[in-house]
Amino acid sequence: MFRVTRCYEFSASHRLHSAHLNDEANRRLYGKCNNPFGHGHNYVIEVSVRGPADPATGRAVDTARLDALVRSRILQSFDHRNLNTEIAAFADAVPTSENLGYEICRRLKRNWKEVFPGEWPRLDKVRIGETPRNIFEIRADEIE
Amino acid sequence: MLITRKIEFSASHICRSPRLSDEENQRLFGSAANPHGHGHNYVVEVSLEGRPDPVTGMVLDLKELKDILTREIVEPYDHRFLNYEVPPFDREVPTTENIARDIWKRLAPRFAGGVNRLHSVRVYETPDLYVDYFGEPCSA
Repeated sequence: MFRVTRCYEFSASHRLHSAHLNDEANRRLYGKCNNPFGHGHNYVIEVSVRGPADPATGRAVDTARLDALVRSRILQSFDHRNLNTEIAAFADAVPTSENLGYEICRRLKRNWKEVFPGEWPRLDKVRIGETPRNIFEIRADEIE
Repeated sequence: MLITRKIEFSASHICRSPRLSDEENQRLFGSAANPHGHGHNYVVEVSLEGRPDPVTGMVLDLKELKDILTREIVEPYDHRFLNYEVPPFDREVPTTENIARDIWKRLAPRFAGGVNRLHSVRVYETPDLYVDYFGEPCSA
């Protein structure tokens, strides 16, 4: 059994501000990430896939298909966007990297079977590097 | 506790399966199917699982691990054309998956029966693509 991981990047802006908190509490909690004008990151996304190696090809995943899935469902919609105002999932949810992880995992799982109809490979986890020092990881089985 | 040692080697390969047609190979492997071959700077991370020795405070002497990795991996792989010079890639496609499994097979006997267990082999083909192998049978 292998875990194959592929890394991608996109750049986007966001503002961390919770509608459930007042302005003062938001400033205290999110600090400079609460700047009303927003700010941006070069996000690094690692998508890990699990499966056995196909005896004919020696590969556990067709990376061209994985790339196409990630490009069409994630990169094209997030790259050079304002996550708060342009991505529907963040109309109500704060675009923290935790919530971004949920959204990326949900999108990949929702479209997975169209690209990989067999038993394998399966989505294993998604890792988000918001900055080189802030890294968030979510296992695919943690969400519906 | 896991300890991980990193090594590098540079090698060339062709990803092309004799069981597939030219067109299928081209579609599946893309530029990696180029019959003239191409190369990578591979980075390998080998992780061992064990407990620190109460006397030395070490799971394994990292110098010893480096010597094993150099002998078993770097010497046979470095600056070689994998398909032509490094079995089993005369019969197996040298994908990153198969390289990770071959490295596991070469290393596993060195740690069999000892206090440390081979935990995983991670092979980076490029900084953007890596494979983790945990041996067989799989836990999934």
